[in-house]
Amino acid sequence: MTTFLQQLVNGLSLGSIYALIALGYTMVYGVLRLINFAHGDVYMVGAYVGYYLSRKLQGEEPSIVSALLVMFGSMIVCALLGMLIERLAYRPVRREARLTLLIMAIGVSLFIENVAQLVFGPDPKFFPSLAPRTAFLVGGVRLTSEQITVIAVSLLLMLLLRYFILKTRTGKAMRAVSFSLDASRLMGISTDRIIAVTFALGSALAAAAGVLIGMQIPKIDPLMGIMYGLKAFVAAVLGGIGSIPGAVLGGLLIGISEVMVVGYLSSTYREAIAFGILILVLILRPQGLLGRVQKEKV
Amino acid sequence: MRFRVLAAVCLAALGAVTLSCGREGSSKEILVGEYGSLTGGIATFGISTRDGSQLAFDDINQKGGILGQKIKLVVEDDQSKPEEAGTVVNKLIHQDHVVAMLGHVASSHSLAAAPICQAEKIPMISPSSTNPRVTQVGNYIFRVCFLDTFQGAVMAKFAFDTLQVKKVAILVDVRSDYSVGLQTFFGQSFKKLGGEIVSEQSYSQGDSDFRAQLTAIKAANPDAIYVPGYYTEVGTIVHQARELGITVPFLGSDGWDSPKLWEIGGPALNGCYFSNHYATDDPNPVVQKFVNDYKAKYNQLPDALAALAYDAARILADAMTRAGSTDGEKVRDAIASTKDFNGVTGNISINEERNAVKSAVIVKVENGKYLLTETIKPEAVK
Repeated sequence: MTTFLQQLVNGLSLGSIYALIALGYTMVYGVLRLINFAHGDVYMVGAYVGYYLSRKLQGEEPSIVSALLVMFGSMIVCALLGMLIERLAYRPVRREARLTLLIMAIGVSLFIENVAQLVFGPDPKFFPSLAPRTAFLVGGVRLTSEQITVIAVSLLLMLLLRYFILKTRTGKAMRAVSFSLDASRLMGISTDRIIAVTFALGSALAAAAGVLIGMQIPKIDPLMGIMYGLKAFVAAVLGGIGSIPGAVLGGLLIGISEVMVVGYLSSTYREAIAFGILILVLILRPQGLLGRVQKEKV
Repeated sequence: MRFRVLAAVCLAALGAVTLSCGREGSSKEILVGEYGSLTGGIATFGISTRDGSQLAFDDINQKGGILGQKIKLVVEDDQSKPEEAGTVVNKLIHQDHVVAMLGHVASSHSLAAAPICQAEKIPMISPSSTNPRVTQVGNYIFRVCFLDTFQGAVMAKFAFDTLQVKKVAILVDVRSDYSVGLQTFFGQSFKKLGGEIVSEQSYSQGDSDFRAQLTAIKAANPDAIYVPGYYTEVGTIVHQARELGITVPFLGSDGWDSPKLWEIGGPALNGCYFSNHYATDDPNPVVQKFVNDYKAKYNQLPDALAALAYDAARILADAMTRAGSTDGEKVRDAIASTKDFNGVTGNISINEERNAVKSAVIVKVENGKYLLTETIKPEAVK
């Protein structure tokens, strides 16, 4: 039983990371109907920015303050990167066929991965510890301070996002754009600005995920975004792409099922499960667990 | 637009011409090829190996070279991709016309390149591929490191006799022939000695979260955990294990040997052991000369891969001297008759299977240093 609960905690902390990345996929899909394949790489850049920032702050004792500085610094840099990608790569082809946009996304992803190998170096780097490490024993289950941080920070960010989308003017505009891009423009919403904000928000969440994984794992490399990005994408589809609560649910489900499979069956099936789920969902419930059925309008 | 395409084509052509001019070697040199991973996931292995063989040839050239000529090392990068190894080896043989080949660290890469060297009758010495299949490719393929069968048995003996542990869990990298091989050989020897394998878990190269496997291992309550893998994952594994409250020592293999291991794992690694080819604190004068020369040239401590590459290069030069020629067949015969070569990584003899017979060492990790704990001779494990 303790082992099972321990696995559950492991799964929750991994799932929170997937959920944070999945949010970015789902939000961008909501406004642009685009699978932003470069999103996993933004997450990787987030981890590296966090790495360099914490190296700058090294020498000081690990503290909550420096951890927050690293987290916010990385989120800001990646928000700007997300906006830059949108402005330079996606906006010029937004009016073209959907396929052009998709191929552009794949191109941007490959571009970032290879530039990252040149800039950061191809070998893995090791994330310094940001906050003092401790562990608590709760009924035989070991909770490390990193795991608690990961789960708590993810939860907080998701609540903030929910508040932003439901209660602010910009959030309302985002919902409108996601409902209909053209109608929103006719209603006087600056759609370019809203799309930029969506990219910034999604990228900032991915950066937070990057820093959190850096603290937890603690190894980062320029290709780390590929697998995490793919699995987060599966999570977004599982929850219902375009649905924000769906992305969170999907992320947690993928994280927990992955850990259970590795713990009780074999790690060989780790990826098979994530993508098996994707196939099943596409066959049985294409709109995802919490997604809405969209009727094609002629 | 058309102009740009034209310009690009011209530039590419120009580049190709410049490159091919640059590669012409002078006839006064013996060209030896080396293929390795200088970029990508196992880049540190390739770089150490290149530096080790270069150091050996520099040393030989300084003393006047062999057969009245200097030796020149031509190195090609396979970007850590096994499928690239074949391509670069073909280039070394057909374009650069090397007379012998050194490489590779990873068995999967050696297995890709060995059939080409065999077919072209170019003697190939792998400094550090430990999978048995490598030298079975053909009679032109040699190695100067011990085999995984031996390495697994050595660690089993050390765990059972010296550490006196009876229950061991194994965490294996299923995507690596090397790791799976060691899992089998360690398991066989350990059970034969009377020990018990209480849990076998797996991971894949590139994974970064091992908590699920470690939690399952913890539930089996082993006295030690054997992780035959590469340092990139091992450091992370040990780090995460300590966070989960696993305190037993980890045991490993020569894939652990890198300063980066300590960078990742840090103090979590204190008190762990791994089997290796040599230890830098070995008082043997051959070892100390090598360590000092290497430090003087590259300003860092040589790892085992550098030491093996150094030995491989020197054995090749020694064979060429004894053969009195650089002809593939004669050099092959000379390498095959190598006996008691006094190398950095022990006394090396080549047996009929073209493998090296030599001792192994067990190294203890202690505050960033890898200290010699025990030397195990080939006779000790049967």
